[in-house]
Amino acid sequence: MAGLPILSIMTFLPLIGVLIILMIRGEEEAVARNSRYAALYTSLFTFAFAVYMFLNFDGSTADFQFVEKAEWLRPLGIGYHMGVDGISMFFVLLSAFLTPVCIISAWDSIEKRVREYMVAFLVLECFMIGTFCALNSILFYVFFEGVLIPMFIIIGVWGGPRRVYASYKFFLYTLLGSVLMLIALLVLMAKTGTTDIPTLMANPVAPSLQIWLWLAFFASFAVKLPMWPVHTWLPDAHVEAPTAGSVILAGVLLKMGGYGFLRFSLPIMPDASAFFGPYMLWLGVIAIIYTSLVALVQEDMKKLVAYSSVAHMGYVTIGVFTGTVQGIEGGIFQMISHALISGALFLCVGVVYDRLHTREISRYGGIVGNMPLYAFIMMVFMLGSVGLPGTSGFVGELLTLMGAFQINTLATLFASTGLVLGAAYMLLMYRRVVLGPPVNQDAIEMPDMNKREIGLLFPIAAMVLWLGIFPNTVMDRIGPSVDKLVADYQKHVKIELEMTVDVEGKKEEGAE
Amino acid sequence: MEFIAVFAPLIGFIITGIFGTKMGKWPSIVITCGAMFAAAAASIYLFYAVNLQHAPYTTVLANWLTSGELSVNWALRIDQLTVVMMCVINIVSTCVHVYSVGYMSHDDHQIRFMSYLNLFTFAMLMLVTADNLLQLFFGWEGVGLASYLLIGFWHHKHSANAAAQKAFVVNRVGDLTLALGMMGCFAVFGSINFDVIFAEAPKYADTDFVLFGQHLHAMTAICLLLFIGSMGKSAQILLHTWLPDAMEGPTPVSALIHAATMVTAGVFLLARLSPLFEYAPEIRIMITLVGTATAFIAATIGITQFDIKRVIAYSTMSQLGYMFFALGVSAYSAAIFHLMTHAFFKALLFLSAGSVIHAMSDEQDMRKMGGLWKKIPFTYVMMWTGSLALAGIPPFAGFYSKDIVMEAAYAANNWSGQLAFWMSLAAALMTSFYSWRLIIMTFHGKSRSSQDVQDHVHESPSVMLVPLFILAMGAVFSGAFFYEPFVGGEKAAAHNEVSVGHEEQAAHDEPEVVTHEAGGEEGVWSRQSFWGDSILVLDENDSLQAAHHAPKWVKFSPLVAGLLGIFMAYLIYMTGPGVPEKVRHAVPALHALSFNKWYFDEIYDYLFVRRAFGLGRIFTKADRKIIDRFGPDGGAVASGATAKMFSRFQTGFIYQYAFVMMIAVISLLSWFVFRAGQGG
Repeated sequence: MAGLPILSIMTFLPLIGVLIILMIRGEEEAVARNSRYAALYTSLFTFAFAVYMFLNFDGSTADFQFVEKAEWLRPLGIGYHMGVDGISMFFVLLSAFLTPVCIISAWDSIEKRVREYMVAFLVLECFMIGTFCALNSILFYVFFEGVLIPMFIIIGVWGGPRRVYASYKFFLYTLLGSVLMLIALLVLMAKTGTTDIPTLMANPVAPSLQIWLWLAFFASFAVKLPMWPVHTWLPDAHVEAPTAGSVILAGVLLKMGGYGFLRFSLPIMPDASAFFGPYMLWLGVIAIIYTSLVALVQEDMKKLVAYSSVAHMGYVTIGVFTGTVQGIEGGIFQMISHALISGALFLCVGVVYDRLHTREISRYGGIVGNMPLYAFIMMVFMLGSVGLPGTSGFVGELLTLMGAFQINTLATLFASTGLVLGAAYMLLMYRRVVLGPPVNQDAIEMPDMNKREIGLLFPIAAMVLWLGIFPNTVMDRIGPSVDKLVADYQKHVKIELEMTVDVEGKKEEGAE
Repeated sequence: MEFIAVFAPLIGFIITGIFGTKMGKWPSIVITCGAMFAAAAASIYLFYAVNLQHAPYTTVLANWLTSGELSVNWALRIDQLTVVMMCVINIVSTCVHVYSVGYMSHDDHQIRFMSYLNLFTFAMLMLVTADNLLQLFFGWEGVGLASYLLIGFWHHKHSANAAAQKAFVVNRVGDLTLALGMMGCFAVFGSINFDVIFAEAPKYADTDFVLFGQHLHAMTAICLLLFIGSMGKSAQILLHTWLPDAMEGPTPVSALIHAATMVTAGVFLLARLSPLFEYAPEIRIMITLVGTATAFIAATIGITQFDIKRVIAYSTMSQLGYMFFALGVSAYSAAIFHLMTHAFFKALLFLSAGSVIHAMSDEQDMRKMGGLWKKIPFTYVMMWTGSLALAGIPPFAGFYSKDIVMEAAYAANNWSGQLAFWMSLAAALMTSFYSWRLIIMTFHGKSRSSQDVQDHVHESPSVMLVPLFILAMGAVFSGAFFYEPFVGGEKAAAHNEVSVGHEEQAAHDEPEVVTHEAGGEEGVWSRQSFWGDSILVLDENDSLQAAHHAPKWVKFSPLVAGLLGIFMAYLIYMTGPGVPEKVRHAVPALHALSFNKWYFDEIYDYLFVRRAFGLGRIFTKADRKIIDRFGPDGGAVASGATAKMFSRFQTGFIYQYAFVMMIAVISLLSWFVFRAGQGG
């Protein structure tokens, strides 16, 4: 299998699945069933390739691997260039993992237009994987923007009662940012004469130009991540989206913002990143505190988890813009961990929503008696979200804060209050939904999780624990790439540590 | 051997956690208790091998986390301090496990309970065996989780769930500063492994550090954060409000977690980090003051409470204050000594209280008890034993440990130590007062319970009484037996002049130090040989040395205070039943302050809880009314053309959505291609 263009296979295999599904004919019932299976097998195949990629990934180098190059738009010098390094590899793996999860989770709960639903998810998978593999900025843009279409449709067609509002809000926000990014990409191309990302990374543009370019990229990535104050599309989108839509939204789409910062902002515009870094740090802090407090008073389970997502992404912002090894590795780890935990929490909400068709926290209560397995699994993800050591959530939060502490202790102090607030809102929700005396008769008559739900959630729980206890599974592979990123970054910008160390007469002054 | 001592409870937890309900009650009990017996036996062996043979070692299990310069292992650091803690944890935990077999026998979820107890013990052991701050933090939060699960064990009770959440969240406040302290260590030392930190610490004694915008002495800053971290878990004043509420959990939990082990984690932390705190004298003064305040305030609250468990809870808090001011005056080994004796007698008190509650059909209010001593004589004797130890009456264990703690405070020769001594003397009086108030209200006088309850009063089964007896042995003998190795011994006078050797002491292992300091007298004075390098005390701070030369009246005053307290309790509650009422009316403000626990809960609720929820509601509105209004919604409304365009979008046809977007992308691209083609 060594010579196979594995990244292209992963990217376009889902489209073959789409073709197959579109060719299915027959009774509505049969079409639905067959498209479910076709989508599942396609995504599982893709996942198998992703696992192959993971196993053959060389963690000792920062170079791009599985590289493919082909001519595409020759007159412009825009080539088809794919490849992964430590930073992008896990996002590819995540996308390939979460797609079959989404397809299985929608097995029974989606009843209308099953075929179209499956098509939308496979197209989405193609774009997601493409985004993380693309090493050409125009190619990246095509995939990055393409993601919007199926997601927009998923929310707009299979969503809840306010789906139209939510999908347009989602669309408006993201498109606005993306248009600016496109302009920036074009300027970048005009000025440097290349669209090849590795070439751009090796030769950052002139500092004078960087500020404007950076802002344009920022507009796009900040909306995607989402950062405060452009986060308001997220709760609406999550609440209205079907369960699987929320999972993919939290699991992969948000990560594109963080990935963009790491792939474009830091390496190509290092001076501007350093200039805006402190503001980004504080924006992250605001996101954490603001959205955690908002999460505290939510009455809708999905909204609560959605706001907690914004808070968790605040750690990512902080980590990435510390420019330290710990901060960036923590940011990446936090994204991976959040994808699993938040995705799983949305699945957990979906489990009870499928039974009672409400997300109102007060409609539940005391369900631990009739759903002990559910109570257990939700406990695991809740603790992961809270960032308990031994779960993956802890590693990400700790490392980002550790990175931030070297740069700005005051911001770190404020950011770390998220640990307390996070515990407060998650435990409060858990207490009101799962524990307590039984209140609602229909809630305590719900059956426990079925085999499909167990099969979905337990592997994710195992991964959350595994990554908490052996985070080096990830760290070993992202290490060299991040080291290189930080080294290049520091070549341009001297990171100013806040500390003033005075050992044996040697004084290193540091800026505050 | 250390594997058995640490991982047996984990294995017990996993097996009973997964298969418990399938296996049934008795196999689960055998597995969980068996695991604890094995762990306890292993730790006693380790005590022999490590403390008596002076052979500490570290076993590295695996690399946990590597990120840049940060590299952290899963490891078991088996040194003298660790093993003492392991023995205390495993022995008390074993007693509590066995006791729970009887106490929880009527509960449907006994398997889950036993399994959680195993989990707790494992987390606590991870905490004390850590060789770096991160693993310590793992155990630290792990015990917090176990505590959360066990306080909220009866999850159908609102109060239990609320108390569990409160415990977790308040503890988190401490945890986050502990985490910040850990980050500070990494920022300064470039490592969070104990060996590196301890070796580097002396070099950084004069380093400056900018923290939260303030220029601070680096060690002071780090130690401040670490100390605040320890306050949460050890229920020191300001972060103590969760502890009394935690009594909502089953009584064995209170005995194990909220008296003997988890709450002492902060004491352990500070003792473990003595090589850092020795270089932060200001913080040690702060520790002394906080400890003193805790000891005193908790004692004043304990006087007026009526819930039998809450009285003991406040006495726990008060005793933790004693341990803290001992740490503050550099008497680390005295603090650990008091920690150990306290673990025995306080677990004994709690389990005896559990036995009373068991006998009284789950009644906890002392106003509804009385006259029990004839019906449950064994429990009565146990309660006396525990209370005598707590009050510091010789020859019970508390006498030795409390005395040395207070002597060290007196001898520390600074104002904070003096203050600690006098305040703790007052606290000692109150301690013995409320202890005998508890005994008299519970066991003496006329019964105030209903006839139905009285008919059911019975002595507990022997599975509950045997652990009581073992703990009672500890409460009686552990003080006299361990006094000499833990805190005793005179340091040879010559050593006071050797001041050079000490900075190396942290860096080098024992044999080198022995050769370095001429005469090789290290083995002569007992506490140094017992603790080895696990605790560092700089010569000028050695208050224990000075404590042995404290005046006679200092040594006797705690005993006098204790006896006086007992006498007062006897006078007021045995002979003058109307006196408490009169006192209450004479000083209503003071009584209200004490009875309402100094209003900490109310103040916090007002300052933090309501503010947080209020801000949350404001921000929720801000999302809608400000960000959305002037952002996307406003944008859409403002531009009529845009709005129309969007309304046309709402056809509901998927292909149209897709089509429009693709058109946009393609047209932009082709514009670009066209332009670039011209240019190139």
